[in-house]
Amino acid sequence: MSTAPALVAAEVPVGPARVGLLELGRTHPRVVLAGGLVLLLFLVALLAPFISPHDPIAVNADNAYLPPLSPGHALGTDELGRDLLSRMLWGARVSLPVAFVAVAVGLVAGGLIGLVSGYFGGVADLLLMRLIDALLAFPALILAIAIVAALGPNLTNAMIAIGIVAIPVYARLVRALVLQLKQMEFIAASRSLGATPLRIVVRHVIPNLLTPVIVQVTLSAGFAILAEATLSFLGLGAQVPTPDWGQMINSGATFLENDPWLAIVPGAAISITVFSFNLLGDSLRDALDPRLRS
Amino acid sequence: MAFTHLLELEDVHTDLSLKQGVLRAVEGVSLYVDAGETLGIVGESGSGKSMTALSIMRLLPRSGRIARGAIRFKGRDLVGFSEDEMEDIRGTEMAMIFQDPMSSLNPVYRSGWQVGEPLEIHRGTNVRASLAAAVALFKKVGIPEPEKRAAQFPHAFSGGMSQRAMIAMGLTTSPSLLIADEPTTALDVTIQAQILDLLRTLNRDSQMATILITHNLGVVAGICDRVIVMYAGRVVEEGRTEDVFAHPQHPYTWSLLRSIPRLDAADREPLTPIEGSPPDMMQLPSGCKFHPRCPFAVDRCAKEEPDLVEVRGHAARCWVTQSGASLDGSPRAGSGAR
Repeated sequence: MSTAPALVAAEVPVGPARVGLLELGRTHPRVVLAGGLVLLLFLVALLAPFISPHDPIAVNADNAYLPPLSPGHALGTDELGRDLLSRMLWGARVSLPVAFVAVAVGLVAGGLIGLVSGYFGGVADLLLMRLIDALLAFPALILAIAIVAALGPNLTNAMIAIGIVAIPVYARLVRALVLQLKQMEFIAASRSLGATPLRIVVRHVIPNLLTPVIVQVTLSAGFAILAEATLSFLGLGAQVPTPDWGQMINSGATFLENDPWLAIVPGAAISITVFSFNLLGDSLRDALDPRLRS
Repeated sequence: MAFTHLLELEDVHTDLSLKQGVLRAVEGVSLYVDAGETLGIVGESGSGKSMTALSIMRLLPRSGRIARGAIRFKGRDLVGFSEDEMEDIRGTEMAMIFQDPMSSLNPVYRSGWQVGEPLEIHRGTNVRASLAAAVALFKKVGIPEPEKRAAQFPHAFSGGMSQRAMIAMGLTTSPSLLIADEPTTALDVTIQAQILDLLRTLNRDSQMATILITHNLGVVAGICDRVIVMYAGRVVEEGRTEDVFAHPQHPYTWSLLRSIPRLDAADREPLTPIEGSPPDMMQLPSGCKFHPRCPFAVDRCAKEEPDLVEVRGHAARCWVTQSGASLDGSPRAGSGAR
């Protein structure tokens, strides 16, 4: 038994509960699997310069239209003789950062709008929510295309456009959560104990938002990758000769009859990536949802 | 230190601006509490008891506003205080605990951290020291294995345990006034008794003043020195608890006491509820606000509203008792009975 309370308290852990990776793998193997896939994708993007067998933009007209499994070109070559495997690996270096930045733009802008709207309410809520409604009135991709068309077609503007399109999801999610949290008595309790509004938002509201927001981030990362590919496919994103999946599908589409792999390879890359992110989002939602927790 | 009471409300009016108009939630409430005293505020839902408490803490909802009156705490009028000044007082000199203990603790933090948080806010105490204080407080409010409990998250706490933790949180900075808004309503009866016992002990040991808001007369009888009965935003009766319970001088209090089921009642004797329903706060009746439901009402009650004046030892707002009649359990024939 203790004699000095200070010594005892020093042993009381302060931080968040630590869930061991092993424990997580046992209870939620899907999270680990999907997380592994996403991690692998990031590794590919990071290591593309070292693991690519060829220069992704080196033109070699003699080697054009090589089918997959050709010697030296595992996935074949395109109409200009560029190695498809290398282009696919380098393509991850375009898609993943775009998704990352776009989601960050949507999260920060949408999250702030949702926080202000939900916590302070009143006129600010009314105005901000009408703004969000206006954004939601357009189909997401059409709006992204319009924004890029207005700003000029390049990768940076594509990121901004996809980010803007993602704002309403976060604004609405965060607002709804904050409205719910505001009713909780621990918010009233900390006000009654003299906490300032800023402290309440930072210490009590935001930490409670993290779980659903993390799930939304992974889900909208999948959307962002698809949107980036679409924009690039339409010539509104990455420009030639940057190896980009959407743009590769676009140029490959011309040869779909005779050399379908030119479009299939980047298409598969997009599918795998989007699938990985969606699987991660989905399994995280299940794993973190307290109602489904046994 | 030139103040007579620790907390004194004088003619406080609190309005809520709603879409349908202005709701006068608190209408001229005056009360006082002294150090070491427990004051009960009783009334049904919507009687203004919680709004009175929130007015004292200046934690009214956005639509709420103290329209008139003075709230003197240690001689200073809180009505004129800025939000910053109030933030300094809340959690240091006055604290409040709430009805639903299960949602009173933030689920993402360890309970010990939360209970120590007021020290961090007001005294800049570091995490280790405020945790030590939290553990000490857990021990004080009777939480077993305080070190272990402080490290746990709120979901591991039962209702009674959470309410103890909440009380501990209110006590961290040893406030001189604790407002407990229905602290036992969400708890089962045996736990209720333990929590009330705890509040009483703390109140006695630390000379802290307590305002206990409840609709449970049993709770009031158990621990309050004085009691205030509220109806439609007004104080209708005020006095020492045993006095008010033994000789209620307002028909509302009288009816409330009569509506409690009794074990010694005759077999199959029906319960006696209060006839009618609480008034619509937007359209209050004329005169005495209780007269449409009052079994003793006389003509004057519908015309003029009585003042709160001394009747046989304590204050009541009723024409009937003020005119010398007594509430003796045989109300005017024709009403009350169907």
